[in-house]
Amino acid sequence: MTRTRERAMVPQADFRSYYGRPILKEPTWHALDIAGYLFTGGLAGGASLLGAAADASGRPALARVARYGATGGLSLSLVGLIHDLGRPERFVNMLRVVKPTSPMNLGSWLLAAYGPLAGAAAAGELAASAGVLPGAARSLARVAGLGAAGLGAGVATYTAVLVADTAAPAWHDAYEDLPILFAGSAAAAAGGLGLVGAPVDQALPASVFAVTGAAAELAASHRIEHAPRLSSEAYRTGRAGVLMKAARIATVAGAIGAATVARRGRTGATLSGAALLAGSALARFGVFAAGRQSTRDPKYVIVPQHQANER
Amino acid sequence: MTLLGQDLGLTPRKGFFTDTTVCIGCKACEVACKEWNAVPADSSGLTANSFDNTGELSANTWRHVAFVEQNTDEGFRWLMSSDVCKHCTEAACLDVCPTGALFRTEFDTVVVQQDVCNGCGYCVSACPYGVIAQREDDGRVFKCTLCYDRIGAGQTPACAKACPTESIQFGDLDELRERATARVEALHATGETKARLYGADPDDGVGGNGAFFLLLDEPEVYGLPPNPKVTTRDLPAMWKRAGLAALGLLAAAVVSTLGGRR
Repeated sequence: MTRTRERAMVPQADFRSYYGRPILKEPTWHALDIAGYLFTGGLAGGASLLGAAADASGRPALARVARYGATGGLSLSLVGLIHDLGRPERFVNMLRVVKPTSPMNLGSWLLAAYGPLAGAAAAGELAASAGVLPGAARSLARVAGLGAAGLGAGVATYTAVLVADTAAPAWHDAYEDLPILFAGSAAAAAGGLGLVGAPVDQALPASVFAVTGAAAELAASHRIEHAPRLSSEAYRTGRAGVLMKAARIATVAGAIGAATVARRGRTGATLSGAALLAGSALARFGVFAAGRQSTRDPKYVIVPQHQANER
Repeated sequence: MTLLGQDLGLTPRKGFFTDTTVCIGCKACEVACKEWNAVPADSSGLTANSFDNTGELSANTWRHVAFVEQNTDEGFRWLMSSDVCKHCTEAACLDVCPTGALFRTEFDTVVVQQDVCNGCGYCVSACPYGVIAQREDDGRVFKCTLCYDRIGAGQTPACAKACPTESIQFGDLDELRERATARVEALHATGETKARLYGADPDDGVGGNGAFFLLLDEPEVYGLPPNPKVTTRDLPAMWKRAGLAALGLLAAAVVSTLGGRR
């Protein structure tokens, strides 16, 4: 349908290669672990923000759901991150140094600070629900939750730098827009979680957060998929193309639902929230697949670099 | 060796100059490297790509001889080139390594500390040359060490020692660069106008390579990236965008509290 337009944006260039072999190594990262982490980490960070917002605006049930969700998302994140290592028993080596040139190192420190705060906020909610020192428990949830919200904004966005600081053309070329996509995706997922888990009469912040996030996610992925550079093709083709398209459909449906039917009843809220969560996850797996695809085909490396040399 | 950007003048930077014009494709470098470094076998089988049955640099291949078959105006020719880790001045693998397992030696080479590496794989995705890789049954990453043990004892790296035509030359990088420039000029004088150095320019996208090459065609023909860049250079710009996105996320959370309760 858009073939002519695509051809006009990126002229098909002939290129030479070594028996068509890839130049780059494919990422060693497994999709379930690392694309999964991009989603669960974003969900956790976004949920911490939503939890603080819900608490501040007097919606305790939404705050509770968000804080449980943040801790759940973080736990799944840590499982994925450690499981993906070639030597999982050495995961603690991540904190062996402080290294500003390594987004993974800084991210590990960020998680090390964020994790206990998110956990304490959830523990406070749990204790308050169980009636154990409810006053102190609520204070703990509020204070730790504020800290988790502040760091959560970083947890939800640093992963864009993590993948962009690689030689994978589809990731690195998109470094300006990936943080917006990831932040939007995190808000959409967290809002979706709030819609699924919280009573409808407390879910308004979840709707607003989700719709804002979905709009940012959709705008950023559109920019990435249609940027006038060869590597944007990796987002529109193959497995990545399918995932990005599915993400768009789910996110649009979830956002429309969140703005309309989610306010009126349980079923609408649950379905909208589930669609938003699915859209966010699909977008992360789509971005992950696009980066991988762009390392497999040597044209993504050779054509732009060759053109840069000719200039 | 440098410390905080100051040249300490202790050990001159060491490197390889691989002059592909005299490579005869014997693969002695591949074998010597495997033998000395006890690198496990790669069983890629027959690739049907000329005499190249090694395929690529990997965790278990630290020297790889490429074989290119070309029909030119003067008839058929072979291009053979022994590829290796480039030991970049600005090494992306080293920059992104979260554990500090990758480090820069006193010879300005880049080496993995195998007792520290936790197999996160970040270096694998960061390397713009596709050199460093994970050994799957082991979990850790491996690549050429420029025979750190040998050069520390004043020896020549195994591949250069085994090379029968001095296609692989080891030495002080400054001296190698001078030698390589003279060799290119000599080749140009004999009419080999396409002879060029690859990785010898300190102003390129990775600050120049510790292991550089003399090629007779464009880099991509040998499986090398034409104009690689270390992505760490864009880190400030990347963090700026991430910071903006994080602020946007905070703002969205604040906005979400504004609606009245129902």
